[in-house]
Amino acid sequence: MKILVCISHVPDTTSKINFTDNDTKFDSNGVQYVINPYDEFALTRAMWFKEKQGATVTVVNVGNVSTEPTLRKALAIGADDAIRVNIEPTDGLAVAKELAEVVKNGGYNLVLAGKESSDYNGGMVPGMLAALLDFNFVNACIGLEIEGEKATISREIDGGKEILSSNLPLIIAGQKGLVEEKDLRIPNMRGIMMARKKPLTVVEPINSEAATSIISFEKQAAKAACKMVDADNVDELIRLLHNEAKVI
Amino acid sequence: MSVLVFAETSEGKFKKSAFEVTSYGKKVAEQLGTNVVVLTINSNEPTLLYMYGAEKVLNVSNDALRTFNAKVYANIIKQAAEKENSKLVIIDSNANAIYLAPTLAVNLSAGYASNVVALPTSTSPLTLKRKTFSNKAFNYTELTTDCKVISLAKNSFGLVENKVNGNVEEFAPQLIESGLTSTSVEQTTGKVTIADADVVVSGGRGLKGPENWGMIEELADVLGAATACSKPVSDLGWRPHSEHVGQTGKPVASNLYVAVGISGAIQHLAGVNSSKVKVVVNTDPEAPFFKAADYGIVGDAFEVVPKLIEKLKEFKANNA
Repeated sequence: MKILVCISHVPDTTSKINFTDNDTKFDSNGVQYVINPYDEFALTRAMWFKEKQGATVTVVNVGNVSTEPTLRKALAIGADDAIRVNIEPTDGLAVAKELAEVVKNGGYNLVLAGKESSDYNGGMVPGMLAALLDFNFVNACIGLEIEGEKATISREIDGGKEILSSNLPLIIAGQKGLVEEKDLRIPNMRGIMMARKKPLTVVEPINSEAATSIISFEKQAAKAACKMVDADNVDELIRLLHNEAKVI
Repeated sequence: MSVLVFAETSEGKFKKSAFEVTSYGKKVAEQLGTNVVVLTINSNEPTLLYMYGAEKVLNVSNDALRTFNAKVYANIIKQAAEKENSKLVIIDSNANAIYLAPTLAVNLSAGYASNVVALPTSTSPLTLKRKTFSNKAFNYTELTTDCKVISLAKNSFGLVENKVNGNVEEFAPQLIESGLTSTSVEQTTGKVTIADADVVVSGGRGLKGPENWGMIEELADVLGAATACSKPVSDLGWRPHSEHVGQTGKPVASNLYVAVGISGAIQHLAGVNSSKVKVVVNTDPEAPFFKAADYGIVGDAFEVVPKLIEKLKEFKANNA
């Protein structure tokens, strides 16, 4: 089994979100970047297949040189090698087209990704990649078992779950449940040392055209202060929810 | 060209988001000076969509489509878009809709904007306001392709009544093969899901143990709400993972979100920020959640919640 794990390089969840250049660019000043939290579930599941079933695991990112520390971190967690497609990502479709080339050239038969990135939240790259390659695809995946060429997949649906079966090749977009949060890996010292020697290949992009473009950003409007209600006066809360907020 | 809306059903019934996305599609069609066509699959009562402005409804009736398949459904939407010469397809953001959307976009060679929260700010080029950075910001995205797909974020537009005299047309698309087989579906029925709920009542570690969840369930019951919990609570196994809301759990976009004994870590707030009104009950006046809340009570959940239940029951009896 040849696994490709797609890694997004995203601001740490606790980062302050600011924009520059007249609100047209994300302000990365002082921002710590991490592996996209949803991708961590995919990467950890891939490690399991590597250790228990002898799979090889490649990690890939579409981005400029600044994303390499994030790829090195994935190598430190245990991936065998890394690929960086050398282009500043523009939109989901353009990224999916770059990844499709990587999948075709590398002959991967299982592609794991997070269901969305925690920065742009588009939730589109894995599904687009599958459509471009005509691979089977499962979104919001919360469980994955592989036996030979056969996969059993659980996906989260509104109010429950669905179990699906598919042959490889397969693309899944994962989330919590694919592995449990407590089982997520963090790099240890030995992993970090080894990661330095693992191959990180830079490939040139096919420069596909984007279908969308972000023209500006806007921060959430500042919120009005929280109205405090005395604990002995819950009637007042009910009155406010009914008359002012009109939600009950 | 018309605007095509996909209105989802579950067991033959429309989801609430089906009416929301129809309301939205009607307004977008008005902006563009065109009409709206709504596609639905196995609906028992397609005429319900007239109330929200659906002038024409395409209803597909086919038992082979009882179980959702993203590839097959995306292909049906594509066939409907071609039949109606629609260059803009609008879907909601339920699990099935966002699953099929990327496939649909590639099939139609369309630009795709997800998490859309408002009417287009410009129609040429089509420009959409979208949630981004895990609910901490918005972006404005231009779609420059001929065909376009947009997915409307839950509860961002609301239901807008706009009764029209519509008509329903039966539509019999070709069904393509899919390599994916659904072997079973487990779904809780009769209980409000977090995804569909107008009100969500959520409990945190401040409740001290799973044995104390009775009052959370009772409060949810009075409010017709779904129950949810914070991440530590699901990690400790007090409540099932399916109830975990927050960044890595389920997102919540309800009208009212009541958080009891949840301090409001940034990851939790990222998942619940889309809720319109947030009420926080916490013993700690310094809890970060108060900064993100609309109404707050500093107090012990074990005293406040039972009082709240009692008073809400009185309120409901008086306003029934």
